[in-house]
Amino acid sequence: MKSDGMVLMAHGSGGKMARDLVEKVLVKALSNPMLELLDDSATVQFSGRLAFTTDSYVVRPIFFPGGDIGRLAVCGTVNDLAMVGAKPLYISLAFILEEGLPLAELEQVVRSIRQAADEAGVHIVTGDTKVVNRGAADRLFVNTAGVGMVPEGVHVSGSNARPGDAVILSGTIGDHGIAVLSRREGLSFDTELVSDVAPLAGMVAQMLEACPAIRAMRDPTRGGLASTLNEIAERSRVCIRLQERAIPVRDAVRGACEMLGFDPLYVANEGKLVAIVPAADSDRVVAVMRAHPYGRDAAIVGEVAEGPAGRVLLSTAVGATRVVDMLTGDLLPRIC
Amino acid sequence: MKYVTEFRDSDLARRLIERIHEAARKPVRLMEFCGGHTVTIFRYGIRKVLPPGIEMVSGPGCPVCVTANADLDRAIALARLPKVILTTFGDMFKVPGSCGSLQEAHAQGADVRMVYSPLDALRIARENPDRMVIFLGIGFETTAPTVAASILEAEKSGLENYFVQSMHKVCPPALKALADSGEVRLNGLICPGHVSAITGSQAWVPFARDYGLSCVVSGFEPLDVLQTVLMLVRQVEEGRSEVEIAYRRGVTFEGNAHARRILDEVFEPCDADWRGFGVIPGSGLKPGKRFERFDAAEVFDVDAGPVVEPVGCQCGAVLRGVVSPAECPLFRTVCTPETPVGPCMVSSEGSCSTWYQYGGGLEV
Repeated sequence: MKSDGMVLMAHGSGGKMARDLVEKVLVKALSNPMLELLDDSATVQFSGRLAFTTDSYVVRPIFFPGGDIGRLAVCGTVNDLAMVGAKPLYISLAFILEEGLPLAELEQVVRSIRQAADEAGVHIVTGDTKVVNRGAADRLFVNTAGVGMVPEGVHVSGSNARPGDAVILSGTIGDHGIAVLSRREGLSFDTELVSDVAPLAGMVAQMLEACPAIRAMRDPTRGGLASTLNEIAERSRVCIRLQERAIPVRDAVRGACEMLGFDPLYVANEGKLVAIVPAADSDRVVAVMRAHPYGRDAAIVGEVAEGPAGRVLLSTAVGATRVVDMLTGDLLPRIC
Repeated sequence: MKYVTEFRDSDLARRLIERIHEAARKPVRLMEFCGGHTVTIFRYGIRKVLPPGIEMVSGPGCPVCVTANADLDRAIALARLPKVILTTFGDMFKVPGSCGSLQEAHAQGADVRMVYSPLDALRIARENPDRMVIFLGIGFETTAPTVAASILEAEKSGLENYFVQSMHKVCPPALKALADSGEVRLNGLICPGHVSAITGSQAWVPFARDYGLSCVVSGFEPLDVLQTVLMLVRQVEEGRSEVEIAYRRGVTFEGNAHARRILDEVFEPCDADWRGFGVIPGSGLKPGKRFERFDAAEVFDVDAGPVVEPVGCQCGAVLRGVVSPAECPLFRTVCTPETPVGPCMVSSEGSCSTWYQYGGGLEV
């Protein structure tokens, strides 16, 4: 298959060209014994409590500083599994390709999928490819689903936060959202910032080893830290109190947010997590996170309180307390 | 981070707050004209740390919010024209007009594109020579110069498919209308920072001289606003009404003469319709005679239909500082950022959206 070619409608026809694309581009790069069988379903050995999740990825542009849609599609699903304490095992991969997409770009995305899967210790075991007319998709869309195994004794859920618990954030917020925005058509600006997109399952396994009683974990993706904490506060019927000064934000993110009129609390992350842990274990968990490459800037950023239930409050730099609401609508850049 | 973190230092903030408490004796009512200041005040909870005798009122300084429905309707009608690409700042996308928004027009097939600068709109015009690219010129003295520069650039490069629908407004006439109405009694004014960077603090001299208002130009960080409040409280306590600058890193008395020259070259004053105020003479900017061929108001003839004002919406009174967002019966019930009734709930710097986002009126 010529790598200077492009995706044609025939690549989705089910005929020889479709088989060539699957075998020579996808299976070749993603190879493992389960995938190579190319049966209608993958069959895998499994025992224990299963975690199962799915997500679709439609990021624009598909290549951005620090990553691409392929790495995002693996990390997003791996992280969703990790957030309930599961060890991610198997991933499915489905593409919707826009006619005319350069094959070289598809190959680059697939290579990056392989790399992220290897890093996360997961196998791509099944997949699908469809091609749609030019204009019916934006270059390429990806769906991944994943399964993982939840270890005995682990019960992580957004409804488990209790008053007195500590709120831990794994690092700086807003890196992904601003890095992607910096390359978006009509908005591009120069920044040294790169996306934080990363698989967090390895760090989560070490955190659970240090503290099997972790109550809740979430990765603050779209909607940012503010929306994620609101969900936990609502589902656990507690109040979350944050210290603005404790929340790590890179200068480049702060600067871009000032320019665009955004609040970093609402900007997306793809390689960060927030964990609610019993206060007594919090220092130990932070120490484990800081020893891991994806948790170097981990910090306790707040605590869980009784009430008002369902509300997130923030102590500001001037010493006042204010409400932190969910993100409403889209983040749209301001005028002045 | 230079020029940002230093102005968020909590120890300095605490000291300023103490000094405000020491200085404030008389009750004072201060208006922040600019929506950017409203955001800072709510985002950092500044109202909550001030003495009870200091009352803060939000003003009309949000360019999206003061855009009249008739102008919004025209923008939406332009977007629906065949072969037109309407380019706009993000804030305008969701603002409801009489019937629908740009967002809805986009969903129905209109080519509406968000840009961060009019220069991006110029690029889109160059890349699409068979389309007509209209830039929605919204904003005060701050944004108008870049839009003027885009028209000059279009003229220089002979671009024939670039147009500006100018809805630009200038601040002093609106402030004068506010002061003349006597609806809100004010002691002092937190003068807009970015607008003053262009106009210079000289723009506020008539308000200090003729209306006895204490005026201080403020930056947008929490320490800027606290410093400004302290300076205003001192002026009021000492019976002074002068124009001072607390935002020296951005603003001078004279302002940016170069930007004003570009403004004067391209635009000429016109009457403009402000939500909540009605038509204010000489408060708008439109392309002058030489630039008529870039003026979408001259080039495109559209029927935007009858203007319908949203029932029960208090945006007009909120913009005049007569009621606070929480006093509007629609606030947080019918009107939310997801289902905005008026523009003040849409723009990121609108009073209602700021109150909503930062929990104005909620228990903490």
